[in-house]
Amino acid sequence: MSTPIVQMSNVFKRYRALTALEDINLTLNQDKIYGLLGRNGAGKTTLMSILTAQGFASSGHVNVFGENPYENEKVLRRICFIRESQKYPDDFHAKHAFKAAALFYKNWDNDFALQLVKDFELPLNRRIKKLSRGQLSAVGVIIGLASRAELTFFDEPYLGLDAVARQLFYDRLLDDYAEFPRTIVLSSHLIDEVANLLEHVIIIDKGKIILDDDADNIRGSALTVSGTGARVESFIGNRTVLHREGIGALVSITLEGQLSAGERREAQELGLDVSPVSLQQFVIRKTLDAGAGLEFDAESQAKQTKKATRMGAIR
Amino acid sequence: MIDDSRPIFLQIAQLIENDIVDGVLAEEAQVPSTNEFAAFHRINPATAAKGVNRLVDDGILYKRRGIGMFVATGARAVLITRRREDFYEQFVRPLAREALKLGIDGEQLAAMLAREPGAASLRDVQQKEGAI
Repeated sequence: MSTPIVQMSNVFKRYRALTALEDINLTLNQDKIYGLLGRNGAGKTTLMSILTAQGFASSGHVNVFGENPYENEKVLRRICFIRESQKYPDDFHAKHAFKAAALFYKNWDNDFALQLVKDFELPLNRRIKKLSRGQLSAVGVIIGLASRAELTFFDEPYLGLDAVARQLFYDRLLDDYAEFPRTIVLSSHLIDEVANLLEHVIIIDKGKIILDDDADNIRGSALTVSGTGARVESFIGNRTVLHREGIGALVSITLEGQLSAGERREAQELGLDVSPVSLQQFVIRKTLDAGAGLEFDAESQAKQTKKATRMGAIR
Repeated sequence: MIDDSRPIFLQIAQLIENDIVDGVLAEEAQVPSTNEFAAFHRINPATAAKGVNRLVDDGILYKRRGIGMFVATGARAVLITRRREDFYEQFVRPLAREALKLGIDGEQLAAMLAREPGAASLRDVQQKEGAI
């Protein structure tokens, strides 16, 4: 049932001193919708660029549809990559962009594209340069959907799209995916909006994959327990704590893991409140934790500097 | 409708079960397709399918090849038996605990239940069950 169409093993991407991707091992299976989530600069776009042969890995092995994608027309015709800031030739109108896409993608559905143009109220006979940011995004979204490529990447496709247009995009995506299943990778910052569309979630942080799991396994894999400090602390024991916050005597702790029916009852009897954690909150907790270390480093560094000046004064 | 507390496929299964218990989906009635569920709840079709298949494995729904999914005969009775088993844990226990916290004794609690407009139909159920 799950046929791998993308395989990356031990992939590194280095820019001089910066390691953008570190030891990436990833498999994407056929006909699934993936969410590629992470903070700005985490490496999402770099990863998608490598898979679509618009960038090169420094080392490691990349395999798409069983072949190396570089300069490989056979593979590239089956892939559609919608970039966040796609550039078009200066004198291009939206209709020219669609004509070019129709030539390139063998599954291109022109009727579907025209329907989407109507849905998004996109002016066809205006230069793309003159379009608003939202309309520019709509051009990308329409190409991404109507190309029906076997492997489609949407990199933050909704920049400037209003809430109505975004909902339209999600609805059309689901509808068309149901009818023409294909592999879709959706990179997004609006996690709460897309969470329910995803079958599988990949979280990337500082160039490393820190989570690669089914969306439904993640849902319910963390929870927040809140109540009086001492009671919460004794209840959670030595579980993995993702986050901790409090006001006055109240403490709210986000835990990794689940509670058994018995534990839930115990929490209730202790007067503790147990609430679910959304995918968005989960991603924030996961990727913020690593960041917390940095703050600590900065603090200790400041202390070191202070100490050094003091020492200098003594001398 | 769909929340973050549990896997979505479990929530889909539960929504279908609710409709069967409430009689919205009669036995031998056709259940919406997984794509219809996906579009309506704006969820991934594979996730919707997982929820529906769970009920198929459970014998609550059955598949007619090329036609769709249907509610099995006897499904409602099975679900109601199961829910009665959960009723104590889910409803009675928290009720009793809150009552204790607020100093409401057993008698007062019984009086409140009797005051509840649904209580009239509760008595009907008792009589019906007695007749059976």
